[in-house]
Amino acid sequence: MRELTLNTDTITAVEAEHSVTAPPETSSRRMTLNMGPQHPSTHGVLRVVLELDGETIVLAVPDIGFLHTGIEKECEVKTWQQAVTLTDRVDYLSNLSNNLVYALTVEKLIGDIEIPPRAQWTRVMMAELQRLNSHLVWLGTHALDIGAMTVFFYCFREREDILRIFEMFSGQRMMTSYIRIGGLALEPPRGWQQAVSKFITAFPSNVDEYEELLDNNPIWKRRTQGVGFAPLEDLLDLGVTGPMIRAAGLKWDIRKDEPYSSYEQFDFDIASRTENDVYARYRVRLEEMRQSARIIKQAVEGMPEGAWQANAPKIVLPDREKMKTQMEALIYHFKIVTEGFRVPAGEAYQVVESPRGEIGYYIVSDGTAKPYRVFMRTPSFGNLQALPALLEGRLLADSIASLGSMDFVLGDVDR
Amino acid sequence: MLPEQLKDHPGAAALEAAFPLAITGGHAEHGEPTLFISPGTIVEVCRYLKDQRKFVRLSAITAVDWHPADPRFEVVYLLHSLDEGSRLRLKCWVPESDCEIDSVTGVWRAANWYEREVFDLFGIRFRNHPDLRRILMPTDWVGHPLRKDYPVHGYKYSYQSDMDPTCES
Repeated sequence: MRELTLNTDTITAVEAEHSVTAPPETSSRRMTLNMGPQHPSTHGVLRVVLELDGETIVLAVPDIGFLHTGIEKECEVKTWQQAVTLTDRVDYLSNLSNNLVYALTVEKLIGDIEIPPRAQWTRVMMAELQRLNSHLVWLGTHALDIGAMTVFFYCFREREDILRIFEMFSGQRMMTSYIRIGGLALEPPRGWQQAVSKFITAFPSNVDEYEELLDNNPIWKRRTQGVGFAPLEDLLDLGVTGPMIRAAGLKWDIRKDEPYSSYEQFDFDIASRTENDVYARYRVRLEEMRQSARIIKQAVEGMPEGAWQANAPKIVLPDREKMKTQMEALIYHFKIVTEGFRVPAGEAYQVVESPRGEIGYYIVSDGTAKPYRVFMRTPSFGNLQALPALLEGRLLADSIASLGSMDFVLGDVDR
Repeated sequence: MLPEQLKDHPGAAALEAAFPLAITGGHAEHGEPTLFISPGTIVEVCRYLKDQRKFVRLSAITAVDWHPADPRFEVVYLLHSLDEGSRLRLKCWVPESDCEIDSVTGVWRAANWYEREVFDLFGIRFRNHPDLRRILMPTDWVGHPLRKDYPVHGYKYSYQSDMDPTCES
């Protein structure tokens, strides 16, 4: 066994932790409140230590790490293709975005691999369905937190349809692992066009329904308008991305700015608002759902024909038929399954617009069959850092609305 | 000095002119400009890039452990400029014997949690960080899990001795 020595860092860290929770001055109006880690509106295990003066929040200190599972470390002992299944588990509401960004980064490192148009378009379509799924869960639970219960049932009705489509494509409802290095996991199933177009034709009117339910609700408007404001400069400086930054007036969307996986071929608009409050974030996500529906519709109508996997026999598993009849295919199959494929040494950073913002993977390869380092720049981690800026100096009652409007997933924060 | 591939990169060329001694190397693998910066100048370089070259966003800070090489750690800064839409990667080598580098929290507030994460998982300390303590691991955790000499299953369990009571761990 290795000999362990307690280093002084941890002791000072423990002391620092205690100094945060203890109130800085004794006053009868002041109190410290622990919000979480099991608070229902934190949607996971987040603890926020709130320092209150009456009903006003003076200090908010987020405490994270309860869901830390060491996925980045785990990736280092998996082969390149095996690690795809771990990326699903990072953010369980946008697993396809995670699959996609991982596959894109590794494909960048491999270099000479060309993803056929049909696979690229299917990737886009699945990622957009995923965005709808994520925004629906967000809208339902956020409205539930604020007290509008009905929307939740409507949102989860549509979400169920999306999960059925995922199941049809990949055999899985949530942990799809559908986007793999070199293409897709499986060929799109027979009859997928009908299933997706049936859903997507009905969907825009469903969004109108949510809008009507909430926008005609004066309580919803009073609880969201003018709540959770923070200046755009502060949000940028704190690393906020995605719908939150678009609701603050910045028209920045990675799908437009740094297009990947053939997004440049799709026609859509960037949703943005300028009010920069909880209500604006709701409007931005609602508009993004409409835009995603547009993209999916274009993908269904214009889906190119052809291969759904790259022509790279050393990376992509061979067709079952070929494997049984051709010796080369059998050899490649054996090599890929037993030792995996090697990726040239190097490093790459690739970003993708996930439902929550910029998701970026920085991957280092040392030329072996396993990643040397996988760093996941997750949007929830970046966004959550701005939480004190939204809460401090505001009323405690508004904290739930502000917290919910950030749309973080704790698995994504803690990895 | 600036490598040949990055001579045309506007940000890199301007940085070279402003801080002739700061850049120790670089490359543009996969079209991604990367500069090696000498660790002592990292704060000035970041301040310059943010104020003069509009790298308003710090995407993330992370590290790579090249155990058993010396210097052992690479601290990686991922910068993004919204105006030019360009990304830049800065890297600093940090040796294990003097596992410290200046904090850039004064330049971008976003650096706060990312530096805490690097400290937590790699054990690299950041000078002048306002609140350097563990962020993902429990506060009383021993060791830094993302170091290459840290076993994947941690130190806590020895599976061999669990299964075979006669085996000495």
